[in-house]
Parts: sequence; structure tokens; C-alpha cells
Amino acid sequence: MARTVSSQRKIVNTVLAWTIGVLIFFPILWTVLTSFKTEAEAIASPPSLLFFDWTFENYREVQVRSDYFKHFMNSVVISFGSTLLGLLIAIPAAWAMAFAPTPKTKDVLMWMLSTKMMPAVGVLVPMYLLFRNTGLLDTRIGLVMILTLINLPIIIWMLYTYFKEIPGEILEAARMDGASLAKEIVYVLTPMAVPGIASTLLLNIILAWNEAFWTLNLTASKAAPLTAFIASYSSPEGLFYAKLSAASTMAIAPILILGWFSQKQLVRGLTFGAVK
Amino acid sequence: MATLHTRSAARLMMAPSVLLLLAWMVVPLAMTVYFSFLRYNLLMPGMEEWAGFDNYKYFLTDPAFFQAIFNTLAIVLGVLFITVLGGIGLALLLDQPMFGQGIVRILVIAPFLIMPTVAALVWKNMFMNPVNGLFAYLAKSVGLQPFDFLNNAPLMSIILIVAWQWLPFATLILLTALQSLDEEQKEAAQMDGAGAWSRFVYLTLPHLSRAITVVILIQTIFLLSVFAEILVTTNGGPGTQSTNLTFLVYAQALLQFDVGGASAGGIIAVILANIVAFFLMRMIGKTLEA
Repeated sequence: MARTVSSQRKIVNTVLAWTIGVLIFFPILWTVLTSFKTEAEAIASPPSLLFFDWTFENYREVQVRSDYFKHFMNSVVISFGSTLLGLLIAIPAAWAMAFAPTPKTKDVLMWMLSTKMMPAVGVLVPMYLLFRNTGLLDTRIGLVMILTLINLPIIIWMLYTYFKEIPGEILEAARMDGASLAKEIVYVLTPMAVPGIASTLLLNIILAWNEAFWTLNLTASKAAPLTAFIASYSSPEGLFYAKLSAASTMAIAPILILGWFSQKQLVRGLTFGAVK
Repeated sequence: MATLHTRSAARLMMAPSVLLLLAWMVVPLAMTVYFSFLRYNLLMPGMEEWAGFDNYKYFLTDPAFFQAIFNTLAIVLGVLFITVLGGIGLALLLDQPMFGQGIVRILVIAPFLIMPTVAALVWKNMFMNPVNGLFAYLAKSVGLQPFDFLNNAPLMSIILIVAWQWLPFATLILLTALQSLDEEQKEAAQMDGAGAWSRFVYLTLPHLSRAITVVILIQTIFLLSVFAEILVTTNGGPGTQSTNLTFLVYAQALLQFDVGGASAGGIIAVILANIVAFFLMRMIGKTLEA
């Protein structure tokens, strides 16, 4: 007996869900809309939702005032750099744990994950001093290193849960056919693991892009990514809502789009495979 | 088929990850422990001296510390309360048949993808601002006095902002879990005459219990160290009304340059987080066996 749903109930569901969905999304929508208003219109009372003179002036001003592209490039270098470096280190480790498990593998995995539980503030002071003394403060390379370390446990875990689903027999068959370990990884494992690697990549870019503890504390201006770029708008100065909105829209747009493509992987990655 | 050869190869492949994480865990943490026993201020270089437990005493007798502990817990519990209850409700709703479900999911997931500094600034200025914010406009248009959220209820405002960011996460995970609930079981219960409420309590809720635990534990890890939202909205104030432990340590270290004191605070934060982590690791450990 298939569940029969009256179309009336379906319409009620639809209306209710859309209302809540739009309400939750509204702050973002409002920000995007405000970014196209003039400063006067941005605080006009009553506020207008759509019927105002659309302008791109704010985007130009934000670029002139605080150099969006510099911060954007920093964000790209830091988030992609740390994720790629992390993958490079993690893929062999995850492979080893998924296909050559020992009785200790589980403990190693758990221990790796436990490093993620250490609150960043517990090591803020030494990292700040180490960075200051080695000239890494406010450099992209320094942030790439930190974010790699922070996200490495998540990367290993995600890859591990994906790799585990690849049937080991195929690898053994390749081995029997005389493929070397390197060939096994490049020609057999990698093509099968690409979907998993891709979603790991995506999720970690999102995490690194939005990371806002180390990026705020270890940068000043040169290497400051978009998180810090936005934080510089935290002290109000005259009329600035439209400019704040334009800056915000530019900071979140790339990752919002990326994130919409990877909803499913987000769940999987962030729960370490505990919910599928 | 783990031969000796593959086993040593496996070890070699794991070495970089293990060594890096080991260094990352041991070196800075050992330094923090060491600093926490020193009288060490960056403004007075060369004056470092052994301080024993003075930094801990200072922290543990500072009223700001207890306020920070309270605020840390209030943020964690407040956000959990809103996101878990809201997430269950929203997941149940989104699991129903409707038109345009995919689009609603996209709308709902969005706040999770927003960087914390943007989320906090947008809420602070465009919604909670008592003069020009949208909430002030709404209050005025129904004849009420606008409420100055961040000055009069700073902690609650931060909880609201953070909850908005994490509601999508809870919803998404609970929805994923709901969708794996066996449709036939529901039908069987329905045929046996179970009402909607008893189906929820005896079938859906037990099925969700594991996902709910995961949501609670993972969010707790992140919520214990909320930082950017406080930095750009209230800066911990007014006074220390919205200072959590992370922010307190940050202020001690990078605003007052008190390395020793900040390190002691950091160690206390680590201990707190470890208590939570202990339970989380056991949870995930069970998953691994399953």
C-alpha cells in the first residue's frame, strides 16, 4: 500500500516549507539586494525590496577602498593551497589505512581525529610567537601551513571512509597483474577514488575559506583573506550599509555556489561518515 | 593480504601525516603548558620568570573568567537548544512530499556556507542595529520601541546569530538520517493504527537518536570556540557580558600581551574541550566498529 498523500496536504507542506526556507535565506537575500542600492536607499524607511535604482557603484567603491581582489586572491591561495597540500599528505595515509589495516589502524585514526578537538585558543600564544619569530606572521605560506594541519584530520577521515568503499579485490587483481604500488595508486585507485577526493576537496575548501580564527589572528594586511577583509568593516563609518553588503556579497558568493553543489558531501564529511 | 612488504609501505605512507599531526599536537601544546607557568609579558621582554601556579590562580580568581565559562556554556547550550529542536522540526517538514524541495534545501543550507565574519556583521548592522536595522523598522512600524539587541542582550544576540549559522547543519544531518528510515516500517506502524505522534515518538525519534547525538557532539566542538562572531559584533562587551573563554584568552594574549596568563587560560580551554571530546570519540569509535 503506497502512502497516499492528498494534494491538499502537499500544498500546505509546500507553502510552509517555502516560507521557512525564504525566512532562513532572507538575511543573505537582503544583503545581496542592499548591495545594489545607494547608501541613502539602503537605510530608507520604509525599506524597498526590489523597486529602487539598481547601481553597481558599491562594488567599484569597495574595490577602490579595500582592494577586494587582493583579499580574494589571498583566500583562493590559502584555501586551495592548504587543501591541495593536505590531500597530498593525506591520500597515501588514507590509502594505507583503508587497504592495509593493522590492529592499530583504528587507534591511529581516532588519535588523528582527537587533534581536531584541541581548541585553537589553546595553542594561540605559541603559534603567534613562533610565527612572529620566524617571519611567518601575515604570510600566505604560514596560513597555508596552519590550515593544512587543522584540516588534515578531516581530510584523512573523509578519504578513509570513501576509500573503504572501494572493493579491495580490484586492487589485488591489479597487484597480481604485476602493477607496482605506484602504478596501483595512479592507475587503479585514483580513478575510482576521484569522486571521493573531489568532495573532500570541495568541503575542505569551504572550511578553509570560512576559517576565521587563525586567519584573523595571524594576518595583518599583506596575507589577509576575505574573512579579515570583512572584519575591517566592523567599525561603522557614516553610511556604509550598501558598501558592507557589496563587500559581503563578494566574499560569500564563490563559496555559496561551491557549497550548493556539495550538500551531500558536507553531511558525510562533517560527521566523519557517522551519518549517511 | 598484508604482506611484510605492503605493511612497511603502508607505514611509510602514513608517516608524513602522523609525524605532522604529532608535531602539531605536541610542540605548541607543550609550549603553552610551559608559558602558563611563567610570568611573561610581551611588553616587558627579558623579564620572564617562573611563576608557578600564579597564572592559574589569577585566572581562576578573575570574575571575568567565571563570566567567560558561563558565557561559553550559555552559547553552547543555547545554540544547541535552538538548532536541535529547530533542526528536527525542519527536517521532518522537508522530508514530506512538496513542490520544489530541492530549492528549499538550497535556501536552508545557505547560512552554513557564509563566513562567520559576514554573518555576524550583516546581522549586527542590517538587522539588529537599533536605528537603521530591519528589526528596528519592524518594531517601529507596529508602534514598539526598537530594541538595542547587542547592547541590552549581547549574549542572546550572539546565540541567535550562531544558531542561524548552525541550524542548516543540524537540519541537513537529521534530514539525511530521516531519509534512511525504512518506509515500510512507517507503513506497518500506520496500518497497525499508530497515530502521527506515536509514530514520531516510538519510530522516528529512536531512529534519529544517533544523528542527534552526532549533531550535538560536533556542534559542541565548534561552539566551544566561537570567536569571529564575538570579535566583530560586541568585542566581548559591554564589559565582559559576551566574552567566552576563547575570546578571553585572545584578549589576554593579543590585546594585553600577557603570554603567561593567556596560556593558563588556553590550557583550561583545552581541558574543557577534552571532556567533551572524550564522549565524542567514544561515539565515533562505535561507528567505526559498526
